[in-house]
Amino acid sequence: MKTLKGKIRNTFTGIPLLGWLIGALMAVVLEHFFGDVLSDILGLPKIPVLFGFVIMLKKPLLIPGALGYVLLTYLIPVGVIAKVSAPVANRLAEKFFDLSLTLTVLLHLMFIYAILHLWSDVSAYRVLTLKLTLIAIMVTLSLNVVNGYMGEFSCSHPGFMALGAYAASTVTVVLFVNDKLFGPALLTPVLGPFMFPIALIIGGCVAALGALAIAVPSFRTRGDYLAIISLAFMFIVKSMIENLEVVGGPRGLSNQPDVANLPTVFMWTVACIWIINNFVRSTLGKALNAVRDDEMAANSMTVDTRRTKIIAFLFAAFWAGVAGGLFAHVLRYVNPGTFGLQKLAEVLAMVYFGGLNSVYGSIVGAVSLSLLGEALRPLEIFKWIFIPLLLILVMIFRPTGLIAFKEFNVKNLLKPKKRN
Amino acid sequence: MSHDFGGLRAVNNYDLEIEGGQIRGLIGPNGAGKTTIFNLITGIYKPTEGEIILGGKRITGLQPHRVASMGLGRTFQNLQLWRHMTVHEHVKMARYSKITYGLIGAFFGTPKRNREEEEIDKKAYALLEMMGIHHLADQIVINLPYGDQRRVEMARALAMDPKILLLDEPTAGMNPEELIQMMAIIRQVHKELGLAIFLIEHRLKVVMELCEIIQTLDFGRVIAEGTPEEIQNNPKVIDAYLGREALD
Ligand SMILES: Nc1ncnc2c1ncn2[C@@H]1O[C@H](COP(=O)(O)OP(=O)(O)OP(=O)(O)O)[C@@H](O)[C@H]1O
Ligand SMILES: [Mg+2]
Repeated sequence: MKTLKGKIRNTFTGIPLLGWLIGALMAVVLEHFFGDVLSDILGLPKIPVLFGFVIMLKKPLLIPGALGYVLLTYLIPVGVIAKVSAPVANRLAEKFFDLSLTLTVLLHLMFIYAILHLWSDVSAYRVLTLKLTLIAIMVTLSLNVVNGYMGEFSCSHPGFMALGAYAASTVTVVLFVNDKLFGPALLTPVLGPFMFPIALIIGGCVAALGALAIAVPSFRTRGDYLAIISLAFMFIVKSMIENLEVVGGPRGLSNQPDVANLPTVFMWTVACIWIINNFVRSTLGKALNAVRDDEMAANSMTVDTRRTKIIAFLFAAFWAGVAGGLFAHVLRYVNPGTFGLQKLAEVLAMVYFGGLNSVYGSIVGAVSLSLLGEALRPLEIFKWIFIPLLLILVMIFRPTGLIAFKEFNVKNLLKPKKRN
Repeated sequence: MSHDFGGLRAVNNYDLEIEGGQIRGLIGPNGAGKTTIFNLITGIYKPTEGEIILGGKRITGLQPHRVASMGLGRTFQNLQLWRHMTVHEHVKMARYSKITYGLIGAFFGTPKRNREEEEIDKKAYALLEMMGIHHLADQIVINLPYGDQRRVEMARALAMDPKILLLDEPTAGMNPEELIQMMAIIRQVHKELGLAIFLIEHRLKVVMELCEIIQTLDFGRVIAEGTPEEIQNNPKVIDAYLGREALD
């Protein structure tokens, strides 16, 4: 057993990230062309949408077929192609690496986007799941800035999302849509996609403004006021929107223009990861860790602790607001009920499951719990037993989460791998 | 200055004047109020009465980070390090107030930021080298032995380019060998950086050897002040401090 594991590990050590991406790209191309035929042969009604999970839970008889499908379209092609292409991938990665890090990053991002695009092209359901997963990454990461990097406990993220969602939606609906609530469009809808980033930034800023209302009283003195004040804030935002008839009250706000396509969501997610990662790796951002680990020492080492906390909190709220704006435009409908306790539990679970103080952790937490939530959908109510159980297990064996306190070093991630 | 905790007068009519480049010592039995004096000077507490003046400027009541960036570096008696951060990150952090790249630099990784971070990197390494712990730069600080942690605190305090360095029992908990090394480091720092040092110590040997002038504190009150010889021979000191120590 041990030697087998060692063998497998040995086989795959020399493969750079680029190699895996080439493998994955080939796999989704294969699925694109032969997915239907293969599922026919394996006796599946259609291409399994989420790696066969849904089918397996719904119809246990189809388990072998679904497993075979996953093996034949994903695991084997990815493994084999990654292995075979490793020398080429290494050379390519090396070339780009010597040229410039920015170009290398762009190359990888292009590959990742191509993979996601082709994979999700198979069904509208996949596109939606993918977009929501990307948004979940943004929300999780931004909450990690507060709860992980800064070590406070904030509960207001659904509130920030709501502010962002409603602010951005109001902007786009007023400007570009003939709407019952807001009247005729003020600008031609052609401009919509170009103005959308501005609408999102407005959404983010409104959320940050809301955050200021929490930050000023909470960070004035030391103590655990933040948890309570932020929780109250979340409920206040929710009931405020419910009572605001201008934006539809409890019925919600719909008719958002269709501007949040996959490339847009993808680019915003990448921007969010990049900027947050830049921040937390700078000395200004590491001040958050210093404040968390020993505030008095940080203060005595010239760190303006109060300013640091407030800025980080507003920064996190901004990204939650942007994510909320995207969320509203992906679904093209929002209602205040979405941004309540359940959303809070979801986001907190992603942060603590993935790992505190870690960009990797937030990505892993958001992706795995989003996909798991979708995959277990057929279990209905039992889903809410299974997922908390999983969380409890993680908390027992890894109290800070799966991948906590790990730096997201892009250079190390992308560099070519030499065989040792 | 004076300071009260509730009804307890922890510091009573304390007065101190440090000139540039001096090494001064503060001794006294447990609970005499020595650490409280440090906390008053560095802005962690605000004195109930009195004033603190640094280089002609009144700093009473300023936030600790403001006081610190004006040139008061300190270490803590019971090590206050950041448990998830590396040695190198500790030293860099103390440059916080000198960073000029701002939030734009932090968010977007501008060339200015990279340049500045590199400068701080170098500066931090130089200080770690001076403390003889550069080989530990990438270690998480809580994994280090006690003596090395004390050196990290010292390097961190020096990274903010202080005019006055306040050391709260820098040799506490050290074995004789580490103690000698630490004294050598304090001397070296004093000579190379030319800063004033204000030192709290429990071990008389250390203050007697290092300091030009020593104050003795008992129940928040200065009971004696003078050169090491004067202090050693002062009957009040012997009574309040040495005598009690001898009884223990
Ligand atoms: N935050 C506080 N609140 C109330 N009382 C305090 C506080 N800090 C210190 N004291 C009290 O003030 C007195 C002086 O304490 P301080 O820590 O300054 O003594 P010290 O001279 O540094 O002693 P040691 O040698 O043990 O370090 C003690 O009686 C202590 O109990
Ligand atoms: Mg003390």
